[in-house]
Formats: sequence, C-alpha cells, structure tokens
Amino acid sequence: MDRLTKVVRWIDYRLPFFSFIDHELREYPTPRNLNYWWNFGSLAGITLVIMILSGIFLAMHYEPDTKLAFDSVEYIMRNVNYGWLMRYLHANGATMFFIVVYIHMFRGLYYGSYKSPRELLWMLGVVILLLMMATAFMGYVLPWGQMSYWGATVITNLFSVFPFGETIVEWLWGGFSVDNPTLNRFFALHYLFPFLIVGVVILHLIALHQHGSNNPLGIDRKEPRDSLPFHPYYTVKDLFGLGIFALVWAYFIFFNPNFFGEPDNYIPANPLVTPPHIVPEWYFLPFYAILRSIPNKLLGVIAMFGAVFVLFFLPWLDTSKVRSATFRPVYKWIFWGFVVDCFILGCVGAHSPDYIYDNLGGLSNQILGQVTTLLYFGFFFIALPLLGLYEKPNPLPKSLSEPVLKGKKKKSVEIQSALFALCFLSITPLYGTDSPPLPHEVWSFQGPFGTYDRADLQHGFQVYKEVCSVCHSLSQIRFRDLAALGYSVEEIKAIAAEYKVDAIDDEGNPIEKTALPTDKIPGPYKNEQAARAANNGALPPDLSLMTKARVGGPDYVYALLTGYELTPPKDIHIAEGMHYNPFFPGEQIAMTPPLSEGLVTYSDGAQPNVNQMAKDVVSFLSWTAEPELEVRKQTGYMVLIYFIVFTILMYFIMKRVWARVK
Amino acid sequence: MTEETVDHASHEKKEPTRRDFLFLTAGAVGAVGTAYFAWPFIDSMSPAADILAQSTVDVDLSPIPAGQAITVVWRGKPIFVRRRTPEEITMAEQVPLSALIDPETDQARVKTGHNEWLIVIGICTHLGCIPTGNKPTQDRGKYGGWACPCHGSLYDTSGRVRRGPAPLNLGIPPYTFLTATHIRIGVNEVSHG
Ligand code: FES
Repeated sequence: MDRLTKVVRWIDYRLPFFSFIDHELREYPTPRNLNYWWNFGSLAGITLVIMILSGIFLAMHYEPDTKLAFDSVEYIMRNVNYGWLMRYLHANGATMFFIVVYIHMFRGLYYGSYKSPRELLWMLGVVILLLMMATAFMGYVLPWGQMSYWGATVITNLFSVFPFGETIVEWLWGGFSVDNPTLNRFFALHYLFPFLIVGVVILHLIALHQHGSNNPLGIDRKEPRDSLPFHPYYTVKDLFGLGIFALVWAYFIFFNPNFFGEPDNYIPANPLVTPPHIVPEWYFLPFYAILRSIPNKLLGVIAMFGAVFVLFFLPWLDTSKVRSATFRPVYKWIFWGFVVDCFILGCVGAHSPDYIYDNLGGLSNQILGQVTTLLYFGFFFIALPLLGLYEKPNPLPKSLSEPVLKGKKKKSVEIQSALFALCFLSITPLYGTDSPPLPHEVWSFQGPFGTYDRADLQHGFQVYKEVCSVCHSLSQIRFRDLAALGYSVEEIKAIAAEYKVDAIDDEGNPIEKTALPTDKIPGPYKNEQAARAANNGALPPDLSLMTKARVGGPDYVYALLTGYELTPPKDIHIAEGMHYNPFFPGEQIAMTPPLSEGLVTYSDGAQPNVNQMAKDVVSFLSWTAEPELEVRKQTGYMVLIYFIVFTILMYFIMKRVWARVK
Repeated sequence: MTEETVDHASHEKKEPTRRDFLFLTAGAVGAVGTAYFAWPFIDSMSPAADILAQSTVDVDLSPIPAGQAITVVWRGKPIFVRRRTPEEITMAEQVPLSALIDPETDQARVKTGHNEWLIVIGICTHLGCIPTGNKPTQDRGKYGGWACPCHGSLYDTSGRVRRGPAPLNLGIPPYTFLTATHIRIGVNEVSHG
C-alpha cells in the first residue's frame, strides 16, 4: 500500500469524502438505456459552474452605481484583460443555461420523469427554474442600458397588482422609481442567488440519487444488468455532449456575441424615455406573451405567474400511471403540440401586440396569443388529467434489458427527430421583423473572417474628427486606443495635443491643459444641457456604441447618413428645423445632412464622395463599438478547433467504452 | 456489472496500446484545455490596459527650494523628489561603499548633470511604510535622508539604507529630464512619453 492510499484511507475513515465520490459519481448505478436527452442535466450543472466563475470575475470590475455601471461594463469590454471574453461568456451563458434547462424539462415532460417516486425531484427543479429566472432578470439589469432599466421597471411593477402593491413596489425599488438603491440590491442578490441555486441543485441531486434516473422506457430497473456504473459509461457520454455544447456556446461568444441581445441595451439607461419596442430576453417571451394576451392587468399577472407555478402541480395533474410517452399513443402527440405551442408563444411575445401576420392571412398577434395561452393551460388542466383516464397505453416491456423490437425503436427515433424539425418549421411564418428593410452594404469586418481595413478606419476617424465631432462625443475612446487604427505613438500624441481637457491647477483653479494619449477623447459639449441648448433641444447621441445600439448596425448608420431626401413625400409634413430621412424612426430627424461633397480631404489627398465618407465613418464607428472584433474572432478559431478535436476524441472513447456493453 | 468484468478482460487483452493511447491523448487534451480556460480568468485580474497606460507623471521642479522635497504620486506610489544642498551631495558621495548595507554609489542613483535632484520611490524596502523626512518638519534620522517610523530603518541623502531592518536602498523610478526643471516619471527616454 503506497503512501497516497494510506493518506486517502486515513482521511476517508474520518471524513468519507472519497467513498462518497466513489459511490455517487463512479459506481452510481445508472439505467443502461439513457439516450442523449439525458445529457442536459449534467450540461446544466457545468453551465452553472461556468456562470458562477465568470460572474465572480466580472464582479471584480463591475460598479453597481447608476452613474458608473454602464461605463464599467464598457470598461470591462475594452480595458480589462479578456474582459470581452468574460462578459460575452456570461451574457451568452444565460441563454445557454436556459436552452439546456428547458430541454432538460421537456425531456422530463416527455418521459414522465416527474411521476412517483420523483415528484420532489421535479419540484426542486421548478424551484431551480424560478431562482434562475430571478437571477437572469436581475443580471440583465446590471449593465444599466435602456432595456435593463425598463425591464426592471416593468417587471417590478408586476407586483403592483397585489394588495398593497404600491408599497411592495416601492419596497422593491428602495425609492419611488428604479434607481441606485434598486441597482445595488439587484447586484447583491444577483451574486447571492446562484449560490442558492447550487444549494437546491444539491437537493435535486440527492433526490435523484435516491431512486436513480428515470429512463426512456419509463419502467423501473429490476435486475443488476439493467444498470451500468456511471463512470466511465456516462462520464464519457457527458463529456462528448459537453464538446458539442461548447461548440455552440463558443460560436455565439466569438462570432455572434450579440445575437440574443437587444441593441437598445447599448444605450445608457434613460428614466425619461422608454424604448419604442420593449421585449424581455427570449427565455421569458412565452410568459410575457401570456401576460399580454389577457386584457386584464390582475388576471394577466396571475396567468403569467400561474404558467410557471402550474409546473409544481404537474405530478398530480398527470393522472396516467405510464411514465414514458413512448407507450402513450395520444399523449405523444399532445406533447409535441405543447412544444409547438410554447414556441409560438415565444414568437407572440417577440412581436408587438398589434403586429399582424400578413403571411398568415392577416392573423393578429393578440388573437394568436390568446389562443396559444388557452392551449398552454389546456395542456395542464384538460389534456393531462383526462388523458390518464381515457388513453389506452401500449404494452410495456418486461425489463430494460429486453426492450421492444430493435427495428421499431429505430423508427421511433426517426419520428422524434422529424417532429422536432416540424416544431421549428411550423412556426416559420411567425418569424420576420417589425423594422423596415435596410439596403445591405458590404463591410470588410463582416463574416467570420472579416477584419477592419486600417485605411478605412483612419479615413473614418478623419471624417469623425472634422465633421461628426462638432456635435457628437465618442466618450468610450481614449486617444491611445487609436493605435489600433495603425497610428504610431508620435502620431497619437500629435492628435491628442490638438485637444484640451479639463484639469485643476496647483492652486485649485479649473484650467484646460493639452490632452495626453491616456485621456478620453473630449466631447464637443461640457454637459447634456449645453448639448441640447446648441441643438434645438435635441441631444446628439454619443457615437462610441452606435453601430451596436441600433437594429441593423452598420447598415442602419450608413443608410441614415446617405438616406436624406430634400423633398419629402407629399403626405408627410416636416416640422420646423427637421429633415426628412426615411430610415430614421419617425422619418424626421433633427440632424442636418452631415456629409456633402468635398467636405473632407483625406490626408492622402483623396476627395471622397458622400457615400465613401459615410462608408469610412461607419467602418470607424464599427471599430469604436467593437474594438475587440479581430482578436475575438482569432481566439474563436482556436477555441472551435480545440473543441472539435475534443469532441472527436470523446466520441471515439465513448464508442470504445460502450463497445463493452453492446 | 457482470458484463463489465467479462468484456473488460477480453478487450484489454486485444488492444491495450490503442486504448491507452486514446485515453492518454484525451487526458492531455483535457489538461491543456483546462489550463487555457483558466488563463483568461487569471489574466483578467492583472492591471487593465488603461491602468498600464496611466504610467507617466510630469513634474515641474522649479518651485522646490534646495534642501527640500515634494511628494508626487506615480502609479499610486509616493515618489520623493528632493533638491539636495551641496553639503548633502558631498555627504552622499563620500560614504565608502563598505559602510553600506546595499552598496551603491551616489552617481548611480542620480542622472548625470542633475545630481542636485534625488528622485526615489518613497516606500520603505522593509515592509512598505512611508518613511518620514520629506517635509521640513519631519525627522530625517541621523543620516539626513529619511527615517522609517515603522521599524526604525534609516536612509541617507542618497536614499540608501544605512540602518536596518530594511535590506535595500529606496528604489529609483524610471524618469527622464524633459528640460532642466521638468521631469517625466515613468519613462527612461523622452521619445516614449
Ligand atoms: S517598514 Fe520601514 S522599517 Fe519596517
């Protein structure tokens, strides 16, 4: 017996840590017939750990103060080493977490994993879901963008329907509106809740290990050969699943990081202006749709909460004794109908209430929402209780080791995947956007291999400096950041030296001194009031994040800059001091057409036309919005290659390990 | 369970090398991946880009009279900028190296042609307290430089430690003379300012 074994024995005799791990993770008997839908539990666990880790490291840099929060997030993106990676990992992680957990729940619903003796296991899962929703909501508030602020306002106002609602809401806010106290407590709770989730996950696992996993056949295990030790059979299968999952997650982090985000959240919170189209994150959309489809405030809120809380009663609403839908000919179809219904509810939530589906014969979103809400509750309160009484289940197999005929089993897998595809297809007519179409330009930085063109960026910076900067600030950019445009240290010093920044002299008097490369590029106005006074009451927005903060991104900004029309259509009345631009929301814009022929002469002597200038400045603004774009994609390729190798490797190991049983 | 033992044996005999190779590769790939995954987290705690960039401070020396000193902050640390009197300079230059705890000549601690100016990091090399003596009202200790209030280390007019427990002389920050009366702390050559 070597030293190490001795130490392990010594510890284990006093604290049975190693035998616990051995028992619960290595030899833990698991049904031999689990399919890939059983991967999602472990994926959820891994995601939770990664979310907590990345969250802790983000919290080291984040400032929960309404004046600093938005900028501190941009600080993380621009200055903290790998800050962009942490933030995109965490932000997309929330999406991944919900995808995995929703699939995990639908799996439980299909295979009846909530039925006796696993009722508490299921209910603990619903508690986890509720905690996740609260955590995700509060996390979304932290960047303190427009969606954060208005999301917080709308969600907290839900509580106003209850008795003493006003008092409750003010208590939640710590004031008379969403403000600094709200942000502070949300940050504290957003940090706390994940650890509560860990606690409930532990209970969830204890409950799971009491009777072991359910399985695709839904029947109890009877003999030892029905089970396999968890390790290596399911550890390696989980690792293979992890590889695929990581590939999906990495794709979003590195190549499409804002896919699930709302452009409006790159606009700092403004308590006086609500964004025109306010939507929650996708994972709340079905519930949001239920809230909106009921025209009564109290009933709407009750229905929305009810849509989640009904899950607690699922084990008793489903009266069938048969667990797996494989043997329930009617429920199987009802289940897939329910999945489609949830998807449609999501689409309903994504569109505005008065949206009309032209390609569905003028169906109104309101009606569709009401029908799908009824179906949602019908599934729980009508279908599930009645099916158990009237459905005639197919005969169950005797044991896991002698399942139904092989051929038949194969077919059912094919049918399942076909149904899954059908779910997505069935709702395609519901896709489509509310915003007007934009002309598409070709940008060098688009696509997975796109990079910035240094010459375009320098030209664009010149256009910004000589034209835009008269009214628009660029507050996230420091002079030294311009090194990324290809300027040398000396050139940057010279550029900075053209600007003055506020300072205090040794006697305490405010003075102006020459800007240094480390200073932020000073804006044209001292404060918001000065900016409004100089612009007819309109506030020229900061341009640092412009291409991320508008639907359509660079295409939108380009269309706006080049889309002015001198003579508006006859039916449109243009107010005094406004200009007609079909691409601006409302079609009237206070900004005078900023670009004109011969306005700028590039340092290389070129005299650009308006389109060229617009193109260059939009390229430049895309860089100011996403300075990490190139390194992000490069890192992304390495990560993707790594996980492809990892997944292939795990696949072969899995085949090898499982060859022993098959 | 039974199956495992049976099949285990037969497979292990047939292809032990290929299996071992597969598992070893997987282990290596996993270890490398974990290390790479950990790195961004660790590195996110290092000084951020803007903190690294905030690395220079310009100081106007003209208001400092001989025999006195000022404190400026560079990278969050106190920097002592002292205009030495001729006597203090002679004192510093004449100490034999053998009398020093951390032998270093005075010339090595100032810029040639500017030996009137002593610029040191004002942090005691023992455990990080700020020595006294930079203000005229403060005790400079018997070597005329600085005295550390925490555990009694004494520094001379060249900022060298003369009595422990501090093991090393006061550090010299990178700095450069822009003009005869202006310095920039944080860089050793002007061109990189
Ligand atoms: S810290 Fe200065 S003597 Fe100990």
